[in-house]
Amino acid sequence: MSGGEYLALAYGAVFVVVLAYVAIIAAKLARLQRETREILDLARAQEAPARTVEHVAREISPSA
Amino acid sequence: MRYLADVATLTRKDLRVELRARDTLPAMLLFVLSTLVVFHFALPTGTADDAAYGLLWVAIVFTALLGLARAWVPEQEHGVLDGLLLAPCDRSAIWLGKTLATLVFLLAAQVVALPAFVLFFAPLDATALAGVLLANVGICAVGSLMAAMAAAGRARELLLPLLLLPLVIPLVVGGVGAAISPEGERYLLFLGLYDGVFAVLSWASFEYVVTE
Amino acid sequence: MGAAIVLALVVAPEDADQGLSQRIFYIHVPIALTAYFCFGLGAWKALLLLWRRDSRYDLESYVAIHQGTIFGALTLVTGSIWAKASWGVWWTWDSNQLVLFLVLFLFYCAYFMLRFSLEDGPRRARSSAVYALFGIVLVPISFLAIRLAEDFIHPTVFTREGPQMTGTMFAAFCVSWAAVTFLAYVLYRVELAGKRLDADLRELREALAP
Repeated sequence: MSGGEYLALAYGAVFVVVLAYVAIIAAKLARLQRETREILDLARAQEAPARTVEHVAREISPSA
Repeated sequence: MRYLADVATLTRKDLRVELRARDTLPAMLLFVLSTLVVFHFALPTGTADDAAYGLLWVAIVFTALLGLARAWVPEQEHGVLDGLLLAPCDRSAIWLGKTLATLVFLLAAQVVALPAFVLFFAPLDATALAGVLLANVGICAVGSLMAAMAAAGRARELLLPLLLLPLVIPLVVGGVGAAISPEGERYLLFLGLYDGVFAVLSWASFEYVVTE
Repeated sequence: MGAAIVLALVVAPEDADQGLSQRIFYIHVPIALTAYFCFGLGAWKALLLLWRRDSRYDLESYVAIHQGTIFGALTLVTGSIWAKASWGVWWTWDSNQLVLFLVLFLFYCAYFMLRFSLEDGPRRARSSAVYALFGIVLVPISFLAIRLAEDFIHPTVFTREGPQMTGTMFAAFCVSWAAVTFLAYVLYRVELAGKRLDADLRELREALAP
């Protein structure tokens, strides 16, 4: 191989590693996003019953 | 003075445990002798003596690893370490006691192994012996700290060699250099430097490794 | 970040004139220096952890060492390619820097083994920190050892002529160095942010679903 090819190989190797790293980070970001959504759903689910009780209470109170 | 007395007590405790149980030392002795016999067959006839010195260092390092892997086992099995940590002594005294006890085991193994090496392979001069002594100090000092770290892990038998081997590469360089180089004093100096630096570092950091 | 890398790739090779393979220098040396810097940063954070007993330094130290190990592996790869290009072999024990990086690479791989083997908690943080401090002390000691080892492993001491850097070459080198350092810094921040987010989310989940 010529010097130029080795040069390309060296820069290419660095590029590939950085690319792989970025891909891993991207995958991780996607996972974090999914988890955030799950937790958000969880939080909403916990809030929802409380709101219905409030809602019902407000519905009842004018009649009482 | 109180400190030294603590260290002496702890060392004596380890030696007495070993004398009673006889777990480690016979294993180390047998291991180092078997290794030397294996090396005889691994070395082709007519190989230079220099190669044998290299193999001696492999044998010493792995024998030390064998001893260090057992170093904290009695403490682990009987929960002695928790008691020791509660005792009103400086934590680094525990490290120093363990280091000295391991050093005694290693020296005892070498009292047999080095004559056997001279008998089987090649002579050792005073510089080479001094190299062995200095490297022992380094291996035991760093090794007993690493063994304490590894003992808390899940796979301590596997972990210790991984932690320790990169750290003892300089010691092997110094030891082999002291054995085969015409100007071995430089290597002794280097070994002394290694011992000093890493002994102080291990001494200072032991407390952080064992406390919860 | 991308702009800096493109700049380094385009500007740096332009200025080299001593054969194409010599241009690997512009990526190999900055990466090696950055790896040292990351290891140093990791050790510094480890020292802060032991000193101030603040657990956030644990993650910072870990991420810095993770970066250092990635850049160390890259140093080995680019160095190996450079060795092949200029001396015709993929690996040579003649190059002190390469051997040192191999030792360090093994050492820091053991660091990760240590972390994965211990239970999460302050004890793991402190053990890792102590090991990271050993690493930074090992660098000069190993370097000295490898220098000494040359005497008996290779009786003829190998001297590599340092490249005579002209002004433009030096400028190109500095640009590459700045670019790689910047890349390392960005990756460090990104990974740290990801790890912190991960920990926060886990805590949040535990708080929400007991």
